[in-house]
Amino acid sequence: MRSFTVTVLSAALGAMGMASIANAQETPLAFTGATIIPIVGETIERGTLVVQGGKIIAVGADDAVTIPPGAEAINAADKVIMPGLICTHSHVGGIGGADSSGPIQPDVRIYDSINVLDPGFRRVVAGGLTTVNTMPGSGHLLSGQTVYMKMRRGKTIEELAYRDDDGKPMGGIKMANGTNSIRDKPFPGTRGKSAALVRAKYIKAQEYRDKIRRAEGDPEKMPPRDIGLEALVEVLEGKRIVHHHTHRHDDIMTVLRLAEEFKFRVVLHHVSEGWKVAEEIAEAGVPCSIILVDSPGGKLEAVNLLYKTGSILEKAGVKVAFHTDDWITDSRLFFRMAALGVRAGMSREGALAALTLNGAEMLDLGDRIGSLEVGKDADFILLSGDPLSVYTKVLETWVEGVKVFDRSDPKDLLHAVGGYGAGSDQIPYMCCYDHGEASQ
Amino acid sequence: MNKVNTSRAFAAAVALIVSGPWLAGAEAQLAVRGRTVLTMSGPPLENGVIIINGGKITAVGPAATTPIPDGYRVLDAAVITPGLIDAHSVVGLTGIYNQKHDQDQLERSSPIQPELRAIDAYNAHEELVAWVRSFGVTTLHTGHAPGELISGQTFIVKTTGNTVGAAVVKETATVAATLSGAALKGGRRGSSAKGKSPGTRGKLVAMLRAEFIKAQEYRTKRENAEEDKKPARDLKLEALVRVLDKELPLMVTAQLAQDIANALRVAREFDIRIILDGGAEAYLLMDELTAANVPVIVHPAMTRAFGEMKNMSFETAARLRHAGILIASQSGYESYVPKTRVVLFEAAIAAANGLSFKEALATITIDAARILGIDQRVGSLEVGKDGDVALFDGDPFEYTTHCIGTIIEGQVVSDTPR
Repeated sequence: MRSFTVTVLSAALGAMGMASIANAQETPLAFTGATIIPIVGETIERGTLVVQGGKIIAVGADDAVTIPPGAEAINAADKVIMPGLICTHSHVGGIGGADSSGPIQPDVRIYDSINVLDPGFRRVVAGGLTTVNTMPGSGHLLSGQTVYMKMRRGKTIEELAYRDDDGKPMGGIKMANGTNSIRDKPFPGTRGKSAALVRAKYIKAQEYRDKIRRAEGDPEKMPPRDIGLEALVEVLEGKRIVHHHTHRHDDIMTVLRLAEEFKFRVVLHHVSEGWKVAEEIAEAGVPCSIILVDSPGGKLEAVNLLYKTGSILEKAGVKVAFHTDDWITDSRLFFRMAALGVRAGMSREGALAALTLNGAEMLDLGDRIGSLEVGKDADFILLSGDPLSVYTKVLETWVEGVKVFDRSDPKDLLHAVGGYGAGSDQIPYMCCYDHGEASQ
Repeated sequence: MNKVNTSRAFAAAVALIVSGPWLAGAEAQLAVRGRTVLTMSGPPLENGVIIINGGKITAVGPAATTPIPDGYRVLDAAVITPGLIDAHSVVGLTGIYNQKHDQDQLERSSPIQPELRAIDAYNAHEELVAWVRSFGVTTLHTGHAPGELISGQTFIVKTTGNTVGAAVVKETATVAATLSGAALKGGRRGSSAKGKSPGTRGKLVAMLRAEFIKAQEYRTKRENAEEDKKPARDLKLEALVRVLDKELPLMVTAQLAQDIANALRVAREFDIRIILDGGAEAYLLMDELTAANVPVIVHPAMTRAFGEMKNMSFETAARLRHAGILIASQSGYESYVPKTRVVLFEAAIAAANGLSFKEALATITIDAARILGIDQRVGSLEVGKDGDVALFDGDPFEYTTHCIGTIIEGQVVSDTPR
């Protein structure tokens, strides 16, 4: 009875969100004459994109698409249209996940700590991003549950979270190994201890899951409810993806080893030395979300971070996405990441997919977003030129057929370029950044 | 006679072998041809050539009318620029590992230490020096970092050399001061750690003024007293006297308008030269900066916009430049990842946000050289200047272009396409 009510409530909340979107976008919008990069399929030189009810209803060459009657036609000549960008790893929103009480905290939900009104989200849409995986940090072996967010204009996380078929907010779980999670007690002091703590916790989760199954609903036999173990059971059952921060090649191998033992679905994040073990990652069939920064170093395990990681992984057959790790890099400069990947040898198509569809798939959202295809969400961006050029600007960002960023609006321009009143005093989340040694 | 000559030649040969990682001979004779040569001293040259001999540029002109002497090594590139200048970095004092042993850019034992020299702290073999060199950076203004009221001195080096002595261009460039909140003890505005100064901005400026006054009195006593009555040498005050004498500028790191105003006030009081470093809110004080003739090394465009940087803008470089202020770009100081920025990338963002291509390139070439007082030697491709050249396979600011070669005084110091 109790679970039925929860399901109805979740569905109602979800439906409320969808209903308001449908009202906002009953008139079809047709963008014509643009260079369209659908990600799936060839670039369309002079193309038309039609959206309605929050969905893409047509995309193709100008002369191949029939614009529906009553549609508002928007001349997009000299512009480039792409799917909205997807960042699989972001810390925007004044977030605070697990605290310093212990290294493994699966009970903690980042959902409960996101300031949706944070100006950082204005910069996110200014960069052309329409979906982000907002995560706790990497200072823990397991820092909490993440949430996949749609960059709608809204005031609460309820309005922005992606929801599954049961209406529950969608997200993964954030884990990390290597140096960031090695700290003073009660945190592990070595890599060996780190892995041992993780294994012990997952074994507890297995036993919790088995107890629940054996109880067969009998309240006398059910174990006391543990919201942390519940989340780990979702991981064990493949419903919740592990987003695992890892840098050094041996730390990468440890993640693969644990994933093999406990059969959890995993996306590797950062993967600075992935280029050293590309074959092994490919063999494990595990996707990688990588970051390219201005120089190697800054910490020991990133000393061998190379721009060519994306190219080497791509050639080895590994699925690659990029992420901002905002605030480590600025969401407004997300395209730069793909361009640097191409600079170091990645294919152009692969680099653009790494900003869009590949990331979508790493969030189990590949059927909803990440490419301009009929039936997918109307999340798209208008650019002033080639996406890989430093001179190109994001002109407009649209989410579910609603414009959420317009560079020609002075309020939005302020966030796109910065200036007086653009920012906040808020100290950003960047794991291990010593605020006493300010870079100012 | 023969013995002496032989031993001298031997010594010279040994010096060559140990003096650097470069490949060419002592008398480097190099010609660099570019489809577009951006000399930064006149309009771009189409199909131009730069001739370098003995470390200096000996000819610049169209390839058709500028013959290359026999025996010269010839390099080709789509675009050629002067070797890039990073107007403010900490690379060489800061290292790639970011562990205690390779972080010498900030001494925390006392807030005013102008006597700390960069030459005593620079690691010529630091990997990050090679990293920035591979993007075309040939000259670094580097040294003690922002974070203490006066953290120490900066100096100017070429991004090559087996030892700092082989790399140095100017042994002391500036005395580095910080008037931003980063120099306050115990955290953000207004708070202070018990017993530690400066804890507030009022205290910060009072301490600075008191030290300059001490330096004035020291200078007077040293100048006027008889030999046996002179005060003992004081390295700290000596360094500040060089600032008072306008021999060295005070490079002041300040972001907020109020801190920039503080810097201008102190400069007026002591009649010293200052260079503004950072200037996130400098666009609020352009008239004042112009009137005081203060050049600005604009903060890296990709600095994270929080705290004192919250009101920063990608367009600040353009706004200052178009108000007539002399500006340069920098890679700045980072405490985490990335350990260093690359000044080429920072200038590119400025080029995409209001600065013209030429104006943006000037911030990492000739205008940076002017601010640092080294424009007689570097910053443009002109006869008589150092043979420092950067080679690119396209627009240097485009993300997908590569730097395909870096030349310092006629030696190829980097040829990995980056």
